[in-house]
Amino acid sequence: MTVTALKRADVAEIAPTQGAAKVLPLPTTTRAAPAWGARIATFLAQNVAPPAVILTILLAIWQVAASGAGSGLPTPLMVWEQSYELIVSPFFVYGTQDIGLGWRVLTSLERVAYGFGLASVVGVLIGAVIGQSVWMMRGLDPIFQVLRTVPPLAWLPISLAAFMDSGPSAIFVIFITAIWPIIINTAAGVRAIPQDYRNVAAVLCLNQVEFFFKIMIPSAAPYIFSGLRIGVGLSWLAIVAAEMLTGGVGIGFFIWDAWNSSRLSDIIVALVYIGITGFVLDRFVGWFGRVVSRGTAV
Amino acid sequence: MSYLKIDRVVKSFTNGTKVTEVLSDIRLTIEKGEFVSIIGHSGCGKSTLLNLIGGLTQVTTGAIKLEGREVNAPGPDRAVVFQNHSLLPWLSVYDNVKLAVTKVFGSTKTKAERHDWIIRNLDLVQMTHAADKRPGEISGGMRQRVGIARALAIEPKILLLDEPFGALDALTRAHLQDAVMDIHARLGNTMIMITHDIDEAVLLADRVVMMTNGPAATIGEILTVPLPRPRDRIALASHPDYVRAREGVLRFLYERHRFVEAAE
Repeated sequence: MTVTALKRADVAEIAPTQGAAKVLPLPTTTRAAPAWGARIATFLAQNVAPPAVILTILLAIWQVAASGAGSGLPTPLMVWEQSYELIVSPFFVYGTQDIGLGWRVLTSLERVAYGFGLASVVGVLIGAVIGQSVWMMRGLDPIFQVLRTVPPLAWLPISLAAFMDSGPSAIFVIFITAIWPIIINTAAGVRAIPQDYRNVAAVLCLNQVEFFFKIMIPSAAPYIFSGLRIGVGLSWLAIVAAEMLTGGVGIGFFIWDAWNSSRLSDIIVALVYIGITGFVLDRFVGWFGRVVSRGTAV
Repeated sequence: MSYLKIDRVVKSFTNGTKVTEVLSDIRLTIEKGEFVSIIGHSGCGKSTLLNLIGGLTQVTTGAIKLEGREVNAPGPDRAVVFQNHSLLPWLSVYDNVKLAVTKVFGSTKTKAERHDWIIRNLDLVQMTHAADKRPGEISGGMRQRVGIARALAIEPKILLLDEPFGALDALTRAHLQDAVMDIHARLGNTMIMITHDIDEAVLLADRVVMMTNGPAATIGEILTVPLPRPRDRIALASHPDYVRAREGVLRFLYERHRFVEAAE
């Protein structure tokens, strides 16, 4: 039987005999939603177990490697014993210089908030100007490309000389470190605004301010937020280094202080705090970008 | 005095020392309430002409006058419906129209009046049901409807349509053509539409402006379509006037001004 003939036979069979087609209900399969307990178990198995296993292995290697007689570094167990209080209670206060690492991280975060907040506002504005004007881009881009390669700490002496105080200096170092990726990404985002949106703005006669808020910022949001995300990472790198030199109560100074008094296990705990805080900051800016840009930013 | 007067317009683009004349000596007058379609092969400068009327680009020599006033910048008296809808993807359908309405009527209408006006314009294109959806969540035809609503909402003197249905499938296109004819009948707007679809040009327009091939394209011929309105596409399909008009455009495009690719 040829294919066509087969098709015809099928059609004849399916063709409604009583005028109207018969409507068959789709078979409904009701699959019960997995119980809460099962879902949590799946989550743990997929997302918590692998890092936990790897971490245990790494800690074991470290334990073995640092157990030798002449080892200069403490083993994980020694860290646990010696810095027990720092690990379990982040928010104790015994005196002005004797406070929990949680407080120190918050102090550093406050500086980052000032410096990074300022860098975000100024960076987006400058980036918008550069992205809009070819002339400004030609003029400023080479300067920025040079300045952005200057390491954060190289700015510190200058800023100490200018501000005469360690607090504002640390904030300035954050600012100057974080601003470059924000400027460069914003400018790229503004240059990438489709001509269609510019035409819409032109037809509606939007003025500069309206264009900035209604077209430029939303359209460049994915670029701006990737700049902010790089910026916040750099800020956190810079603050720890800056605090080592400027002193105060931040987490960076804590490390320096611990080094001077040979509390190596405290330093290791501080490193973990810094790492986790940096990770949370990065995720927070990413999440914020997703919420603000309604899913268009990464 | 004519409503829109395009008077000896020349448009050339300069690239370094090389000057390319795209449009040469365009003369056209359009009356109030008229529907004019402009047709020509691709690359003949149709869109450039529309951009000139819209004020998005400047004429090199000559003048475009709307009600006696020279046009040299974009303005809310001339709304453009773009080929690719150009809705802002981060705004809902309602907010896209609202952006235009707030800009144009922000000082003359109250908030409640503006809301009613937005809804009325969405109603006009039958898109009220999707007011809260984002452009990404609706079909291409629906997006184009919203683009038309946004353009109509600023109450332009002239509605400029730049190949508005070019990216749509034939059935959706037919629906939207009917919608545009309906709006034209109800509001009596002056409309200028760029197209390269001969049926569309003849069906919708009072006059079909046919452009010669570029570079230095100009108006080759203007055909008046003597069909009564409202027009029904099915009834017209075999109407002698329609067939004759269609044939006239075909002859112009494929016999006298055949698209020569070697010239590109």
